[in-house]
Amino acid sequence: NEQKGQKTPATVTVRDALNQAMDEELERDERVFLLGEEVAQYDGAYKVSRGLWKKYGDKRIIDTPISEMGFAGIAVGAAMAGLRPICEFMTFNFSMQAIDQVINSAAKTCYMSAGLQAVPIVFRGPNGASAGVAAQHSQCFAAWYAHCPGLKVVSPWNSEDAKGLLKSSIRDDNPVVFLENELLYGVPFEMSEEAQSKDFTIPIGKAKVERAGSHITLVSHSRYVGHCLDAAAVLAKEGIECEVINLRTIRPMDVESIEASVMKTNHLVTVEGGWPQFGVGAEICARIMEGSAFNYLDSPVTRVTGVDIPMPYAKILEDHSLPQIKDIIFSVKKTLNV
Amino acid sequence: MKTMLAIISNALCRMTGRNAGARVVVSRSFADFTPQATFDIKKCDLHRLEEGPPLKAELTRDQGLQYYRTMQTVRRMELKADQLYKQKIIRGFCHLYDGQEACAAGIEASINPTDHLITAYRAHGYTYTRGVSIKEILAELTGRKGGVAKGKGGSMHMYAPHFYGGNGIVGAQVPLGAGIALACQYQGNNQLCVTLYGDGAANQGQLFESFNMAALWKLPCIFICENNKYGMGTSVERASASIDYYKRGDFIPGIRVDGMDVLCVREATKFAADHCRSGKGPIVMELQTYRYHGHSMSDPGVSYRTREEIQEVRTKSDPISMLKERMLSNNMASVEEFKEIDVDIRKQVEEAAQFATSDPEPPLEDLCNHIFYNNPPLEVRGTNPWSKLKSVS
Repeated sequence: NEQKGQKTPATVTVRDALNQAMDEELERDERVFLLGEEVAQYDGAYKVSRGLWKKYGDKRIIDTPISEMGFAGIAVGAAMAGLRPICEFMTFNFSMQAIDQVINSAAKTCYMSAGLQAVPIVFRGPNGASAGVAAQHSQCFAAWYAHCPGLKVVSPWNSEDAKGLLKSSIRDDNPVVFLENELLYGVPFEMSEEAQSKDFTIPIGKAKVERAGSHITLVSHSRYVGHCLDAAAVLAKEGIECEVINLRTIRPMDVESIEASVMKTNHLVTVEGGWPQFGVGAEICARIMEGSAFNYLDSPVTRVTGVDIPMPYAKILEDHSLPQIKDIIFSVKKTLNV
Repeated sequence: MKTMLAIISNALCRMTGRNAGARVVVSRSFADFTPQATFDIKKCDLHRLEEGPPLKAELTRDQGLQYYRTMQTVRRMELKADQLYKQKIIRGFCHLYDGQEACAAGIEASINPTDHLITAYRAHGYTYTRGVSIKEILAELTGRKGGVAKGKGGSMHMYAPHFYGGNGIVGAQVPLGAGIALACQYQGNNQLCVTLYGDGAANQGQLFESFNMAALWKLPCIFICENNKYGMGTSVERASASIDYYKRGDFIPGIRVDGMDVLCVREATKFAADHCRSGKGPIVMELQTYRYHGHSMSDPGVSYRTREEIQEVRTKSDPISMLKERMLSNNMASVEEFKEIDVDIRKQVEEAAQFATSDPEPPLEDLCNHIFYNNPPLEVRGTNPWSKLKSVS
């Protein structure tokens, strides 16, 4: 039942949602361009930029040599001089080569110049664990980047998140680190009619309650939002109703949404793929303790995280290095003392 | 004749900033001065170039006085900064440019204000030539709200339209400069970017990444190595397997230039700018220059080089003296004229220093501002959980 000018909900993979976001923003603003390794003629190492080079050509979609520090710096310079680059890191593991440009050249410049020099840039790419890619290709950088003032750090989960947040990130006049997840690229999600519009954006800095519940709050970002929802479905059968919050943005973190939920449920579990020490969950714990929701807690906050080791290769070991649904269920029950 | 003298007198008054009608012409009339002369300049060493910059440079009287004024202003401003630092009114890092003035003055004389420039941390000279006032520079060094970055940046982080600082991380400015050049090419505005770095930074890997991409994409970027012979305390011979910095661009053509001669710098940069603007891609320039001060104010500058060496450069190659002598021996200006310019500059620098020492520090309300650009206000955590500070753009 399509009415004139309206679309029905569609099923779109995260990859296609990201592709749509970039396509629409490239079309909307000629200052926007994409650079990175294999983004043009290869259609993107993970095919996220498929078709863009054919449509926009060499000027707007630029294949770079394997020179992260160089091309990240070039992207930052281009942003300083009036363009709006999207700088792709093939994975965020390689961003470590360029991290000085992200932090010292991009993040700090607006402050150091007292607002004279803006840096409207998006650094995007897959973050965190994939499948079987072992230690050097599996690190989650959410905590590292979210530590730094001057950056916005965004971590979408589903297709609507991916599209709406990437569009907002590109339109933002500040440096945004946009953390995708390779395992989510091929996952289809329903996208509402509204989300299919060319003007659909999701505000940076606002979390979303994906599932309402009254017994316990689960807070997560990226792929583990899905795990939390799966765990919630299992727990519901046992009469435990979980409220699942999708952070969407790591920095600035929407602590108010978490607090409002905790004041309702009195229990909190954080779930992330990254390492436990100094991580996203650690920050949430600190913020809850310092805020108004602390007095509403009936038990300490529980963090579910990746295991504190470099990522192993063998499948059985890899599976046990990351939070599984059963770990979330176990932690919920422990937190609720049931 | 009388009318013409009045016109010239007024013009000179504007240049020197003094009231019309004051005694400007001293012992000789203007008609006595040579309006223009041609000077021999040192031949540049070339890398991957058939032809280089010309061997002669034309200089008009006005240009000469302007270059003199620019260089002398930078010199006096840096010496004032030295003084203020020793009085502990300037803190932290302070890397002074005295000795290298011909580089900044010569480059600015050959590019347009609409071109772009980025350099490293020895940046006060370029901040001035790119249009920031002495007052705003010194006040930034003293950390006052009247500083060009409102006191938030300090010595290494000053910015202006088409001037991207002032960068603290050695070598990081080079990819940035290539990116600015990319933006020029992308926007088709026929502008270029002058990207400066030192002999120390010349060994940074990110430079070679930048050279590769700039050459590949033919970016309109002039990469300029200001070789002042020492990276902090390490001489070029002890740091680089090849000290031919103009050749380090490998596949990128290069010129080695006498960086103590403002005319040489100007002609070479003009040549380089033409090269870039004609779509030939990037070019590397090595300016052989010298800094009188140590690496920074915390370096006396004599443990790794001799006082004799410094003194020799001062007496034989000082850029300001060289220009002055050229003009005097060609009857292009008088000793008194130069003296008057000096007096005027001293006055300006003194006034700027007055401002820089009396202007208030930035208000505490400004602490968290400018984290983001064009952003709604946000809350910033202070030192303790009850300290909730505010940030506006």
